[in-house]
Amino acid sequence: MLAGWRVDMALDVQIEKQLPDFQLNVAFSASETPLSILGPSGAGKTMLLRCIAGLEQPGRGRVSLHDRVLFDSDQRIQVPARRRRIGMLFQHYALFPHRTVAENITFGLQDLSREEKAARLSTLIARTHLEGLAGRYPRVLSGGEQQRTALARALAIDPEALLLDEPLSSLDTHLRSQVEAQLQETFAAYRRPTLLVTHNIEEAYRLGEQLLVLSRGKVAAFGPKEEVFRHPPTREVAQLTGCKNFSRATKNADGSIEALDWNCRLRVEQSISKPPAFLGIRAHHIDFLEATPAGAPSENVLPCWLVRASETPFRITLYLSLSQPKADISSYDLQAEVFKEKWQRFRSFPYPWHVRLSPDALFLTPE
Amino acid sequence: MDLSPLWISLATSVTATAITFVVGLAAAVWRERYTGAAMAVVDGIFLLPLVLPPTVVGFLLLLLFGRHGPFGKLLLRFGATIVFSWPATVIAAAVVAFPLMYLTSRAALEQVEPELLQAARTLGASDWRVFREIALPLAWPGVLAGTILSFARALGEFGATLMIAGNIPGRTETIPIAIYFAVEADEMQRAFTWCAIDIVISLALLSGLYYWTRTQGLGRARRMAR
Repeated sequence: MLAGWRVDMALDVQIEKQLPDFQLNVAFSASETPLSILGPSGAGKTMLLRCIAGLEQPGRGRVSLHDRVLFDSDQRIQVPARRRRIGMLFQHYALFPHRTVAENITFGLQDLSREEKAARLSTLIARTHLEGLAGRYPRVLSGGEQQRTALARALAIDPEALLLDEPLSSLDTHLRSQVEAQLQETFAAYRRPTLLVTHNIEEAYRLGEQLLVLSRGKVAAFGPKEEVFRHPPTREVAQLTGCKNFSRATKNADGSIEALDWNCRLRVEQSISKPPAFLGIRAHHIDFLEATPAGAPSENVLPCWLVRASETPFRITLYLSLSQPKADISSYDLQAEVFKEKWQRFRSFPYPWHVRLSPDALFLTPE
Repeated sequence: MDLSPLWISLATSVTATAITFVVGLAAAVWRERYTGAAMAVVDGIFLLPLVLPPTVVGFLLLLLFGRHGPFGKLLLRFGATIVFSWPATVIAAAVVAFPLMYLTSRAALEQVEPELLQAARTLGASDWRVFREIALPLAWPGVLAGTILSFARALGEFGATLMIAGNIPGRTETIPIAIYFAVEADEMQRAFTWCAIDIVISLALLSGLYYWTRTQGLGRARRMAR
């Protein structure tokens, strides 16, 4: 069963549910490529997964998986969680503490014969690299081993879709990349609808192919991850996907863009059908010129002054002012991120420094 | 010396505890699923036998099971009367022990992480299997504590038993009742003997169960730490 997972499955979701602070109202579908659902805490991500798994009842809507209708408010269909065949990986794994790894993994295999159960167990253990741990109890396992046990348990029932709730959030940082690689391996072999909820932008990007940005219960963006990151449909999505720099913007008659907050005129590659409201650029897309440009000002190059800097182990975040710096260090126009090696090369340059906002790195949003 | 109060007390307590175990646990499971305003009233009713004086409980049982009471009439149709018979001692003991079983096992079930039960459901387990294989084993120490408390309460039951079962030597005379009537008849030696027997039984039972749960708990902890 592990080798021959059927591929042609699709999960179609359309859910409305009233939550205490807002209404969850989403529609999307997922097929064989993993879908990351990104959103801040309290955006309704976990509730969405729970509705799909049948652990919560949506107010209205329809959920179908391949050829089965799991929920339909109009037809009054509500398939109970235990008949949905959806594998769910809980945030804190929810391993049964009184059962061994093997007993956890085989919990969903009630109906199989002893031999079939043993065969499937050994396949799953090999697949999730849990050799030698079958007789252990969950409390003595490391975080990564617990996560793999939970994954093996969810995969054991040959689920037709896989839902993962913040799969990496309860792991130590040094374990994450290892577990991430394991998940990527699993997703690559699984190739059925896989939904992964996270509030971590990088996790969402690395583990998903498709990206859905959820904000206060609504789909703020949905599409291939590269597209959503390159051209976020709204300023909010840009912010939720980690963009730090925005300026109000209007379009000039010659097609150039007036950046009102940055007080400059810029060329932007992207053209959008609606009039632009905001202009944005990601912190790591800001390019520092290592030589002062001579003569006439060149396209999209702006003079700037350093307001303050903040270091991480390998990168540095520079807060820049586009005019003569003021005494107030909390006011800056741009936030740029560069590798420290590069920063070493230009940190001693005389002011003003020059940055280039590349036309294809800038993006416009209508709202 | 007539040892019948000992056998009657033990038979009554064991039977009453068995009934309370099933009914109390079922009530706890049922109550955990529903949360509504009406449940406050239900809770109140379930806990009444704990707060009411045993004589009041006995009197109410007498009204229910007596010749003119609703249950009494029903039983009379089958030619049975319960009042002043051995089953009456079981009913009295089970009713007063019920709140202890209900309260303790409900608290224990509420401690079980809801995500564990939900995980079991997503893995295809029926409600019964979720209860039997996940909720009950994890709540077991609490459920067992409730059972011990229920047994102790049943063994010590006096007031309600006297009201509904009376004092019929060889049939409804339990140890506490034997003691009361011994004192009443100024047979201090007999009263003293039954007191001593009662203390020995209670102590033996409680310490036995204590060691059993402790070794069980230790074994369990040791197993899970492997």
